[in-house]
Amino acid sequence: MLPRRGRTPEEPAAFEKGFNVTTQPVVELTGITVEFPPVTALAGVDFRLYPGEIHALMGENGAGKSTLIKALTGVYQTSSGTITVDGAEQRFSGPGDARAHGISTVYQEVNLCGNLTVAENIMLGAAEPRVLGGLHWRKMRRLAAQHLERMGLDIDPGSSLDSHSLAVQQLVAICRATVGDCKVLILDEPTSSLDADEVESLFAVMRRLKADGVAILFVSHFLDQVYAVSDRMTVLRNGGLVGEWATADLPAGELVKHMIGRSAQVLESVERGHDAVRPDAGEPRLQAIGLGRKGSIQPYDLDVYPGEVVGLAGLLGSGRTELARLLTGADRADSGGTVVEGAPRKLHTPRAAMAQGIAYTSEDRKGEGIVDGLTVRENIVLALQAERGWVRPLPRRQVDEIVAKYIDQLGIRPADPEALLRNLSGGNQQKVLLARWLATAPKLLVLDEPTRGIDVGAKAEIQKLVSELAGEGMSVVFISAELEEVLRLSHRIAVLRDRKVVATVDAEGTTTDQVVELIARGNVAEGDAA
Amino acid sequence: MTTTLSERATSGWVSALRPDRRYLPVLGTLAVLALMLVIGGTRYDNFLTPIVYSNLFINNAHLIALAVGMTFVILTGGIDLSVGSVLALSTVIIASLLQAGWPVAVVLPVAVLTGSLIGLAHGVMIQVFGVQPFVATLAGMFFARGLCFVIAPESIPIDDPAFTALAGWDSWMGHFRTTAAVVIALAVVVIGFVVLHYTRFGRTVYAIGGGEQSAMLMGLAVSRTKVLAYVVSGTCAALGGLLFAMGNRSGYALNGVAMELDAIAAVVIGGTLLTGGTGFVLGSLLGVLTLGTIQTVIQFEGNLSSWWTKIVIGVLLLIFVVLQRALSLRKT
Amino acid sequence: MRQALRHHLFWPVAALVVLVVANTIAKPSFLQVSVIDGHLFGAPIDILRAAAPLLLIALGMTLVIATRGIDLSVGAVVAVSGAVALEYISASPDPGSPVTVLVAVAIALGLSLLLGLWNGFLVTVLGIQPIIATLILMTAGRGVAMLITGGFITTVTSEPYKGLNSGFFLGLPSAVWIAVGLFVIVAVTVRRTALGMLLEATGINPAASRLAGVRSRTLTWTVYAAAGLFAGLAGILVSADTMAADANNAGIFIELDAILAVVIGGTALSGGKFNLSGTFAGVLVIATLERTVTVLGISPHVTPLFMALVVVTVTLLQSPRVRERFAVAALRRRPVSDVARGGAAQVSDDGAGAPASPGTEAPGPDIEQAPVPDAEPSAAPDDEKEVTR
Repeated sequence: MLPRRGRTPEEPAAFEKGFNVTTQPVVELTGITVEFPPVTALAGVDFRLYPGEIHALMGENGAGKSTLIKALTGVYQTSSGTITVDGAEQRFSGPGDARAHGISTVYQEVNLCGNLTVAENIMLGAAEPRVLGGLHWRKMRRLAAQHLERMGLDIDPGSSLDSHSLAVQQLVAICRATVGDCKVLILDEPTSSLDADEVESLFAVMRRLKADGVAILFVSHFLDQVYAVSDRMTVLRNGGLVGEWATADLPAGELVKHMIGRSAQVLESVERGHDAVRPDAGEPRLQAIGLGRKGSIQPYDLDVYPGEVVGLAGLLGSGRTELARLLTGADRADSGGTVVEGAPRKLHTPRAAMAQGIAYTSEDRKGEGIVDGLTVRENIVLALQAERGWVRPLPRRQVDEIVAKYIDQLGIRPADPEALLRNLSGGNQQKVLLARWLATAPKLLVLDEPTRGIDVGAKAEIQKLVSELAGEGMSVVFISAELEEVLRLSHRIAVLRDRKVVATVDAEGTTTDQVVELIARGNVAEGDAA
Repeated sequence: MTTTLSERATSGWVSALRPDRRYLPVLGTLAVLALMLVIGGTRYDNFLTPIVYSNLFINNAHLIALAVGMTFVILTGGIDLSVGSVLALSTVIIASLLQAGWPVAVVLPVAVLTGSLIGLAHGVMIQVFGVQPFVATLAGMFFARGLCFVIAPESIPIDDPAFTALAGWDSWMGHFRTTAAVVIALAVVVIGFVVLHYTRFGRTVYAIGGGEQSAMLMGLAVSRTKVLAYVVSGTCAALGGLLFAMGNRSGYALNGVAMELDAIAAVVIGGTLLTGGTGFVLGSLLGVLTLGTIQTVIQFEGNLSSWWTKIVIGVLLLIFVVLQRALSLRKT
Repeated sequence: MRQALRHHLFWPVAALVVLVVANTIAKPSFLQVSVIDGHLFGAPIDILRAAAPLLLIALGMTLVIATRGIDLSVGAVVAVSGAVALEYISASPDPGSPVTVLVAVAIALGLSLLLGLWNGFLVTVLGIQPIIATLILMTAGRGVAMLITGGFITTVTSEPYKGLNSGFFLGLPSAVWIAVGLFVIVAVTVRRTALGMLLEATGINPAASRLAGVRSRTLTWTVYAAAGLFAGLAGILVSADTMAADANNAGIFIELDAILAVVIGGTALSGGKFNLSGTFAGVLVIATLERTVTVLGISPHVTPLFMALVVVTVTLLQSPRVRERFAVAALRRRPVSDVARGGAAQVSDDGAGAPASPGTEAPGPDIEQAPVPDAEPSAAPDDEKEVTR
C-alpha cells in the first residue's frame, strides 16, 4: 500500500521500512519542557512523527505521555522548546486550534455526546454543511454516511449515538477525528474498553488511515497491541526521553526495561506466582449454584476453595464482570443461589455479601471504587466503618493503626493518611481500594480488573499481593483482560463467552492459546479474515 | 469489517424504525393536554370554544416566553431561577420609563436588553467563576427583585398611547382571537425552535447537556454557548415582562413572584430532562398550555378553590417525573 | 494569613464582621445587650431569635446538600406545619392548655416528618433528581397548607404556643434555645459518630459507597426526613412568632435563604464535604443583613438587593478562579509553595483516567514517578531526586 501524500516518491524504500528519516516529519517537537512550578513534567523531550507511520508513545504512568500530547495540542503551555508542524513552527491555543491545523486527538473515553445523532457527532463543529445560515441536516447525514462507510461502519447516521455499543462509539470518534484535513491522528489509549474483535477492526482502520498518509500517534498499555500495529516507538520515562526505536528492532523485554528503568525483578518474582502449593480441596468457601440474571449472565455454577485463586477469562462483555457482581451482591441474581461455607446464604446486596466475608472491587475504579473527595484514611476505613454502622465510630487510635499498617504493607504513596484520594495515581488509588477491603479481613476477595490502567510496577506489586493473600488462605476471584496475567495468577480459570461460563480449567498446564481457543470457539478464524 | 459490527449496525437500524424515544415525553404531554381538553369538553358546555383556546394563549403569553428561555438553560444542564424577578424588573422598567415620557421605541429595547445583561452576568458568574447555576441565578433573582423596589415600590399604570395601541392590537381568525403578545410569544417559540435545531449554537446547547467535557473536546464553543444560553433566558424573561405588561398595562415590583417555578414546571412537564441534553421547545409550549388548561378547568369547576391549581400542578409534575424516570430506567 | 484565607469560615465570618461594624457605626448601641427581668435584650438577641427558623432549615439543608441533594420543599413544609398546629389549637376547646399545644406540635412535627419521608422516597427509591422531587412538594405543599386553613389566615391565642418562640429560658428566648440547641446536638452527633463521613462518601460517590457497604439509601432517606422534621419545627417557631398560619407567606423563600446560608458557609452545592459551622455563620450573615437593612433605615423590600450583593461577593471569593489568582499572587511572593495544590496546575499522565484539560477534574498524577505539584517534604516521593528541577 502506497501512501498518497506526505512523502516524496524518490524514497519509497526507506518508507517501506517504516523508518523514514529523509522525509520531513509532519510533527517535530524539539526540547519540549513543560513545567508546573516547582516541578517539571517534561524535560527537553524531542519527538518526531512522520507521515504514514504508526508511532507508539510508550512509558509508565507519569512518564509524560499525556503531558507530551497535551503540550502538542496546546492544552498545556510549554516553557521551552519548539513545535514544528509541516516545517512551520506552531503554538496551538488548544485542541480546537490543533484540530484546525490537522492534528486530531481521540481519547480513551469516548468524548462525544450520546444525546446527539451519529451524524452530528461526526460533523458538528467545523465541517457541518449549512444552508441559509442554518444546518443542512440531510446533507450532513449524507456526508456522515460517506465518512462512516470509509471507516467500514454501517450504521444509521440519524440514530442517536448512545444507541450504539462503546466500540462503535469509539470508531465514530475516530471517524470524527479524520473528517476534513487530518494529517496527524493521536489515539490515547483507544483500546482499553474494546474486546479483541473490536481492537482488530480498530487496527484495520488505523492501517487504512496510515496507507492514506496519516501519521498516527498511538498510546496503549497493551504491549502486544503496540507490537501488532506500530512502526516505531518513542519511550519516555520520568518526563524525559529515553529513546526512539523501530518497533522491529526493540524486543518487548528491552522495551519494558526502558520503560521502567529498573531491572524486571519485580515482574519475575510474580512469574512463579502460582506454582505455590495448590490448596487442598475440602469444603468450598463459596458455591454458586445456577446463579444468574436475565440479560446479564446465564445461570452458572462456580466453586471457590480456601486459598484458591479463580481467574475469570473472557472478552469484554462476555459476562465476567456480571458474574462477579452476582457473587458479591453488587447486582441481584434472579435465579439460583449461593452457599457460603456449607450454609445457603442470600447475597443480594453488597452489605449481605460483606457480612459473609466477601469483598468486591469494581472494574470502574473511578465510578464505583474510590471516593475521591475523601482522604486516604477515610477511604481505607470506609467499608469497615460502614459495616459497623454510623452509630459506632471506630476509635481513632484503631483507625490510625489500620491505616498505617496498610500504607506500609501496600506501599501507598504518598504515605500521608490525610492526602485526598483524587491526588493519588491510579495505581495508588487501587492499592487504597485493596486496603479498604483487606481491612475488613474478607474470606473471599473478588477483584475486577485490579491492574487495568496502572503502571507496570504497581501492577506487579498487586499481582504479588494476590499470590501472597491466597498463600495465607484467602480465596480470590481474579478478573483481567490480560490472559497472561490470569493464567499466571490463577489456580483455576473459568472461561466465559457470550454471557455464559463455557468451561472451567486448571491453570496448571493450560496455555494462553488454549484459553483463547475456548473464548473464541466458533469464530476462531475471524481475526484472520478481518 | 467484522460480523459483530455489522450485526450491531442492523440492530441499530431496527431500533431506529421504532418510534423514537426522544419524542415519547413530548407525546405524553400532548396526550395529557388532549385528555384534559376532552374531559373539560365533556364536563362543561362552553369549554371547547375558540375563546377558551384563545385565552389559553393570551393569558399565558408571558409564560411561553419564559419557558422557551428556560428550555435553553435547562438543556445545557443549568437552571435559571431569576426569570420571575427579571420579568417583574422588565415591567417596572417599561412602566417607569414610559411614565417618565421616554418613547416606546427606546423603552422596549432598554427593558429587553436589561434582561440580556442580567443573563450575561449569570453566564459569566457560572462559566468564568464556576459559581453553580442555582446559586448564581438565585443571586440574580434577589438582585432583580430588589432593584424593582429601588426603581418603584408601587404599581405604575401604563397609559402611553403607543404602548396601549400595541398591547391592544388584536386580530380575529374566525372565532380565534390573537393579540400582539401572543404573536410575539409564538415568534419566540419559532425562533427558539429554529435556533435549537438549525444552528451550531443550538446543537452545542444540546451537546453541553449531553456532556460538557465531551462538547469541549469536540471543539465546540462551550463557554460562549453556555453564557449565551443564560443571555437567551434573561432576554426571554425580559420579553416575558413586556408581554406581561402588555396584558396588565402596568408595572409592579411584585409581578411574577415564584413564576420561575411555573416556567420550570412547564419545561419539565413538556418533557425536558433537568439533567440536560434532552427536550424540545415545542414540548415547553405544550407544558405551558397544560398548566393553562389546569387553571381553566379549575376556573370552570367554579366551586374549586384556586389553591387546587397548585396541588394539581404538583401531582402532574409527579406523574410526569415518575413516568420519565420509568422511561429512562427501561432504556438502561 | 494564607492559612486563614483558605479556611472555610474566613469569608462568612469576614462578611459578618463587616455587617456588625456597619451596624455599630450606624447605631453605636448595636452590640449592646441589656438584662431586663433576668432576660437578655438587644439587637444580637433579636437577630438570633429571628434567625432561629432559618437555622433549623439550613441545618437540614446542609445535610441534604451533603448527599448531593437539595430540598426546595422546606418553605412549603413550614407553611403546612404552622397551619396544622394552629388549626388544631383553634379547633380545640381549650387553646391555652399545654396539652393541646403539645398535641398540636406533635401532629405538626409528625406530618412534617411524613413530608420529609415522602421527599426521601422520591429521591432514594424512585431515583428522581432531588431538585425536581422536592419541587413537587414545593408546588403542591402550599396548596395543601391552604387546604388545611381553608384559604384563610388562621389566628389563635395560646400562651403556651406563643411561649415556644418568645418565652424566655435562662435569659434567652426559647426559639434560640430550640434552634441553637438542636443545631449543636446535630453538629456534634455528625462529627462524633461516623455519620458525617458516611454522608460525605454518599455525596461524593454514591455507587462506590453502596459497594463499600454504606447504607446510602437509608442515610439519604433519613436526611430528607430530618430536613422535613426540622422544617416542621421551624414552621412552629414561625407560626408561634406571629400566632397566625399564613399558608401563602409563611416560610416563603426560606428554602432559598437556607441554600444561600449553606453556600455562604462554604459547602458546595455539588455535595460531599460539608461544614455545619460554616452554615451557622452563613445563617448569621443573612439574619444580620436583614437587620442591618432596617437599622440603616432602608425599605425591607430592598433587602434582596443586598442579599444578592453578599452572595455574589462571597461566592466569587470562594470561586476556584479567584482563589487561583490569590494563589498566583502568593506564589510570586514565595516562589516555592504549596499553592499548586489548590488545583492551579495538575500534572496528569494516568492512562486510566479521562482525558483532562487543566482545571477540570483530572485523573490523579502518579505520585511514584511523576513530578507532583506538592512541595510538602513529607509527601515527597522517594525517587523525586530524578525529577528535573
